[in-house]
Amino acid sequence: MEKIQCQCGHLNPPGTVLCEACGRSLTEKEQKSKLVDMRYEGTARRSQTYNKSIIDKIWNFFSSVKVGVSLIVLLLVAAAIGTILPQKAYIPATTAAEIKAYYTDVYGSVGRVYHFLGFHDMYSSFWFILLVGLLAISLIVASLDRFVPLYRSLKNQRVLRHISFMNKQRIFADGPGADDSLQKAEAKLKELKYKVTTDKNGLLAEKGRFSRWGPYVNHIGLIIFLFGVMLRMMPGFYVDESLWLREGETRAIPEAPGYSLESKGFELETYTGEDDEAVFNEAIDRVGSVAKNYQTDIVLYQKPEDSLPGATDLEKVKESSIRVNEPLKFDGYAIYQMDFRLDELKAMKFQLTNKETEESLGELTIDLINPEKTYEFENGATVNLLGYYPDFSGFENGEPQTATPLPNNPGFLVEMKTPETPDGETSFITIKNTVEPFGENQYKLAFQAAETRDVSGLTIRKDRTLPILGLGGLIFMIGVAQGMYFNHRRFWIQQKADGEILLAGHTNKNWFGLKKDLDQVTEYASLPAYVDQQEEIEKAEKLESEEQS
Amino acid sequence: MNEKKNKKKQNRLIMRSAILLVLIAAIGYTIYNSATADDVTVLEVGDKAPDFALADLEGNDHKLSDYKGQGVFLNFWGTWCKPCAKEMPAMDRQFDVFKDQGVQVLAVNIAQSDFEVQSFSDQYGLSFPIVIDKTKSVMTAYNIRPLPTTVLINPEGEIERIVTGEMTEEDIKGFMEEIKPE
Repeated sequence: MEKIQCQCGHLNPPGTVLCEACGRSLTEKEQKSKLVDMRYEGTARRSQTYNKSIIDKIWNFFSSVKVGVSLIVLLLVAAAIGTILPQKAYIPATTAAEIKAYYTDVYGSVGRVYHFLGFHDMYSSFWFILLVGLLAISLIVASLDRFVPLYRSLKNQRVLRHISFMNKQRIFADGPGADDSLQKAEAKLKELKYKVTTDKNGLLAEKGRFSRWGPYVNHIGLIIFLFGVMLRMMPGFYVDESLWLREGETRAIPEAPGYSLESKGFELETYTGEDDEAVFNEAIDRVGSVAKNYQTDIVLYQKPEDSLPGATDLEKVKESSIRVNEPLKFDGYAIYQMDFRLDELKAMKFQLTNKETEESLGELTIDLINPEKTYEFENGATVNLLGYYPDFSGFENGEPQTATPLPNNPGFLVEMKTPETPDGETSFITIKNTVEPFGENQYKLAFQAAETRDVSGLTIRKDRTLPILGLGGLIFMIGVAQGMYFNHRRFWIQQKADGEILLAGHTNKNWFGLKKDLDQVTEYASLPAYVDQQEEIEKAEKLESEEQS
Repeated sequence: MNEKKNKKKQNRLIMRSAILLVLIAAIGYTIYNSATADDVTVLEVGDKAPDFALADLEGNDHKLSDYKGQGVFLNFWGTWCKPCAKEMPAMDRQFDVFKDQGVQVLAVNIAQSDFEVQSFSDQYGLSFPIVIDKTKSVMTAYNIRPLPTTVLINPEGEIERIVTGEMTEEDIKGFMEEIKPE
């Protein structure tokens, strides 16, 4: 494409609508319209002008506002669909296969398609990230493509514009003025905080140009925000893990290398409804109980620098409690009280009794977390633990099985030796029943009592991207304020040799404010009365349509 | 004039290509990261295997770095895990063959009681050392999710291969060949 030469002699880049120098309309369409299109100052959006190599074509694609809006609409629709069925984090399944099965089982074929398309984990699905990424490209390319010519154009503004530019502005005045009109107008405009430049017989007054950068600042904020979100996927920037911690256990904290946590106890307090808690009585009557406090008392340990994972020489960092909304904080991490399970089995107490006489030889307690092999009684009787199955799930080839390592349904294979039965009697004991595999026994272990412990559900969080997200958000808001609450107002005034004044005014928004400024200047400098040409056009159209009807 | 124009055009092309390339690379990297996000601090083949120290049933400390120069067959398991139990005898048989060729088997139990681990070991008559990761710190350091997981470490202390799920005796034999010192 060739450059466009304006009648004034200025060479404009191809695609330009209004001459950069004098403001004359350069396209036929523009010449015919009553008002000029001031978007981007009539400059050529750069990508429209070159469309040659494949790179230019890609660039051009992303520069289009239509493409940007389409991407936003796609994202909105996708995000909306993503709320129809629960995300995978909120369903009671953990492994990939279970999750897949869950969607099919619960939601039928819709669920299957939903899962297949990745809506169950939408924010991590590749197409969602791809869409956001394409939107980011669109933001950057479209902004660059518009910002650069706009900046250039506003930087190189000429004071004197051609009449065809001025009389096509929305605010236009034309008529006789006083001798000192131009000087007075300049003085008044300066008083109104306009930046005034003069050239020969004309002036350009300008205020709030920076408001034109609002959208671009805003986009920079968005890009920074998206960058922060991207960082979340990098190791070390964002941690969101959970840990089930049983009373008395010490566990390495996931994603917090070197740190371990011990639970000293979990506590669930409810309101008693007595004394100053009487206000809760109504609620307690209605729902049974009202929680007052969820608390895990913990000890935080760190392994010494020169020590290895697995070593037992942990150093105590601090002892404190985690309560709802009062997380444990250390080294950028925060550990929150999120969940609990009460009364998991911890130990079981039995009595060794003679089945016939019901005479007891004594008690033994089996620690379900760390059972011992042999339990001895005073009178010489012993109980040997032959096998321990914390979560007994049945027999396989005559072998007792355990489904999990947790003592949900403990099973014990024991050998009881008493002075009466020195050869020993074998028995397999579970909570529900007792099996005597080698014939009738004389002795049994009679269940007495169980000790339990509580489990704390904790969440480990770390987010190094928060400052970046905050910065992005702040810049975004600055951009919004810049573009919304400030306006770029301009006046062009020329006085011809015969004293006639030509005046044009433009603002990117808030025409009311512009007119208020102009009213003051007109009065002070005795300028001709101005016309709001758009209002005139609208009025005329209205009149026309009324006449027709 | 024409030369200047061509130069400008070339600069523009380079500029645009560079910007698009950077952005596309960023998106690609993000998608890649998200696809592998299941294991956040991922251990990869070729990484140095994190050192650790765990005690076995006799109370002897086993440090991974002590086995430098030998191939280490590091198997994470639990007594409740059936595929773990199935592959144990095969591991034991292959350990018998390869132990004189510089391959060490270390079985890391996940936080179970000494009693359970000891009875399991007795039941299967296992001869390789079994250590217990009482606080799951080694499991966390290796980011082990499913059991069994076997990490194969070469004599240089680097991860040669990570195997999740049950292995056949053939597999085990092949893996031990892989990490056998030259």
